[in-house]
Amino acid sequence: MAWGSLSEFLMMGGYGLYVWPSIGATALSMGWEVLALRRRRATAVRSVPQQRTVEGKQR
Amino acid sequence: MKLPGINWFRFSSPQALYPLAGSLIPWFAFAAVLFIVIGLYIGFFVAPTDFQQGDAYRIIFVHVPAAWMSMFLYVVMAGWAALGLGLKVRPSFMMAQAVAPTGAMFTFLALLTGSLWGKPTWGTWWVWDARLTSELILLFLYLGTILLHAAIDDPRRADRASAVFAVVGVVNVPIIYFSVQWWNTLHQGASISATVAPKMAAIMVAGMLLVAVGFWMYSIAVALTRLRCVVLERERHASWVQELKVG
Repeated sequence: MAWGSLSEFLMMGGYGLYVWPSIGATALSMGWEVLALRRRRATAVRSVPQQRTVEGKQR
Repeated sequence: MKLPGINWFRFSSPQALYPLAGSLIPWFAFAAVLFIVIGLYIGFFVAPTDFQQGDAYRIIFVHVPAAWMSMFLYVVMAGWAALGLGLKVRPSFMMAQAVAPTGAMFTFLALLTGSLWGKPTWGTWWVWDARLTSELILLFLYLGTILLHAAIDDPRRADRASAVFAVVGVVNVPIIYFSVQWWNTLHQGASISATVAPKMAAIMVAGMLLVAVGFWMYSIAVALTRLRCVVLERERHASWVQELKVG
């Protein structure tokens, strides 16, 4: 392992300001996509016209 | 085409695809988390510091997988679009529609992380060279495909128009891939290839490949999730959708 301490790990040999935004942007984008899809699914499920009340409740 | 044992056309209707996709998503999601966590662990805790680039090179563990996915997903999207145009089947267009936003996201991430890598190693966020410019064009091709579909009200016309756009744009993918050989560019050559031994340490290649597999699994999971949304949105007046017990 290349790191002696947490601060060394966060510093990334002086490149922390480039490495961590790369990882962060990737994680945020993927997390956002998953959340956006969850919202889209909820909207899509609600938009299905309710035809049969018994089954409709479980939709 | 019929493979022995399985009638593949059984899955070519939205009605059959919807539950199939639903049962596959958890497996791909699980594999995605597993591969990405192991790959990043190797990338950040096992792989040593690069003797030339210091720790800035660790951006490679998200940059290269994102860039690979950006190109790979475009080919997948164009393939489904071409299949839809050739066979005139709706689910193929739906698959193309389901892949596009994820491909656009990875293209954006490849550009962004490349920029964050370029600044400390090249001294600039951006250059208009062949690799970077063709990757930016890829982003516009994704956005064009998505916006063209959204701009046309009739779903069948939207499917066909955006599919033609996507298929024509596929010529850009080999241009991106070979740009570092065809033109003199600031961007370094291919990290690994099938014919030449990797120029990187094996442990670095391992971390990068594991994250790439993780991104691939992630892409399948989100594309199938989006496919199910598209099916619900477009088929909501069909009786089979209204009889679904959506969990």
